[in-house]
Amino acid sequence: MYTQGLDQQGKEPQGLQPRESAERLTAFQARIDAEEKIEAKDWMPEAYRRTLVRQISQHAHSEIIGMQPEGNWLTRAPTLRRKCILLAKVQDEAGHGLYLYSAAETLGTSRDQMVADLLSGKAKYSSIFNYPTLTWADIGTIGWLVDGAAIMNQIPLCRCSYGPYARAMVRICKEESFHQRQGFDIMLALSRGSAAQKAMAQDALNRWWWPSIMMFGPSDKDSKHSAQSMAWKIKRFSNDELRQKFIDVTVPQADFLGLKVPDDELEFDQETAHYRFGEIDWQEFYDVLAGNGPCNRERMQVRRNAHQGGAWVREAAQAYAEKHAAQAA
Amino acid sequence: MNNEQALFKYVVRLGDNALVLAQRLIEIVADGPELEEELANANFSLDYLGQARMFYSYAGEIEGEGRKEDDFAFRRPDREFENVLLVEQPNGHFGDVIVRSVLFDVFYLLQLEALSACSDDRLAEISLKTAKEIRYHLRYGSQWLIRLGDGTEESHGRVQDSLDQLWRFTGELFDGDETDELVLAGFAGPDLDKLQAAWTSAVAAIVEEATLALPEDQWMAGGGRDGLHSEDFGYLIADMQHLQRAYPGLNW
Repeated sequence: MYTQGLDQQGKEPQGLQPRESAERLTAFQARIDAEEKIEAKDWMPEAYRRTLVRQISQHAHSEIIGMQPEGNWLTRAPTLRRKCILLAKVQDEAGHGLYLYSAAETLGTSRDQMVADLLSGKAKYSSIFNYPTLTWADIGTIGWLVDGAAIMNQIPLCRCSYGPYARAMVRICKEESFHQRQGFDIMLALSRGSAAQKAMAQDALNRWWWPSIMMFGPSDKDSKHSAQSMAWKIKRFSNDELRQKFIDVTVPQADFLGLKVPDDELEFDQETAHYRFGEIDWQEFYDVLAGNGPCNRERMQVRRNAHQGGAWVREAAQAYAEKHAAQAA
Repeated sequence: MNNEQALFKYVVRLGDNALVLAQRLIEIVADGPELEEELANANFSLDYLGQARMFYSYAGEIEGEGRKEDDFAFRRPDREFENVLLVEQPNGHFGDVIVRSVLFDVFYLLQLEALSACSDDRLAEISLKTAKEIRYHLRYGSQWLIRLGDGTEESHGRVQDSLDQLWRFTGELFDGDETDELVLAGFAGPDLDKLQAAWTSAVAAIVEEATLALPEDQWMAGGGRDGLHSEDFGYLIADMQHLQRAYPGLNW
């Protein structure tokens, strides 16, 4: 679902490894420049590998953590049809997590290691999921805005230079587009509904707008890994370009819904044919990223509880498999 | 009660069992021991929900008073739900969830197989489709029960306890009433005595392979099919119906 600020965390690439001669690096870059796909067994610079493991595993973790805010409304979905659609969406997210962990495993890091890094707090996930889903309209808004922003980020990843990631993204993007439409459809029903439903929709937009546009990550001037990721064609557009594109597409949708985007400075600029928008509160972004969002601790606790609570089950499965392998031998 | 009314009531009960179990399973959508188990759980919940929708829609057609699937799910008080008590039991740990599913799915599959040959074509058709899904759920559940029973000392103890605790809700599955009798007589529906014999031997086989002990005969709870539920059930219904109750009569 949700790549965001994915190039923000993790250690700086270390110095050149001895096997990374200038010639090899030049040849690698030439393959990238020729739009060739890099495959799992191909030679690649360590920094390229690390960047991808970080980005793909953060993307996988985001899918898994993202199941929680939406899961929060599964038991209370207002109709059986909405409940089924939301459940199918949450199930897709678990599935996206699985393909993404598999794509990352092709780079030599095990899923167990990636999950351990998530649970220890070493690995990050998209900050958007550290906001709470307080009403049913939040479910519509997540689909409409959060999945909408995710699609903007992810469509270019289908052309990412790393083959296994690019191919996983093709399938994920198809499903995300369905998720975005279901979100917009919830918003449409609310905006055509009673005064209470319209107020619920507006309130949700007020709370989710700014966190959604923060999903594209810091402004280009502050984005420390962007230039290298662009050169490696892991990233195709800058954070600010994608953010602008998202705002340009989304504001008319809000107008169509009869909702007001909570930005007094929002204005269409005839000359540039883009919307101008107000200043983003980057302090909030960095606070949530640092662990101080409304639900950071709760989200992690749910994952840790599931992992710890399931330890006896995994041990039993292992013991059973070993016992029966021994018997078969 | 005439045959038509009995069929209606019977189909609503099928919907209630499926919906209440789905509702329990989605409470633990992000709480599995592995990601694959979370995916399976979401998949199974989706199947039960889909089944509930088919049963409720069909019940509405039989009744002919214009009630739709959501009227059955969201606009009936908890005393009107006639699911068996087994499916409403709180989740507990993974072993409890698996034991609850296996005990119910063995019954449900036998019931659906019998209904696939009943004389009501629509019910037979829905049951045939549903049986395919439940056959897979049961394969998954029984494999897990075997792994847990025959896994470690801890897992063996835990699932034996799950089995002992949930066993008292299995008597109700076969405790037929007038509705069951009319559906048996009028539509060649399931014969509960035959179902019980088949259930007992199927469950015994799984329990044996899982190296567990069948609980001794004990007192059996009942009442679900008279709308007499456990205290927890009121919360399940309140939670599920929250929006429809708070904002009645709106489109969502």
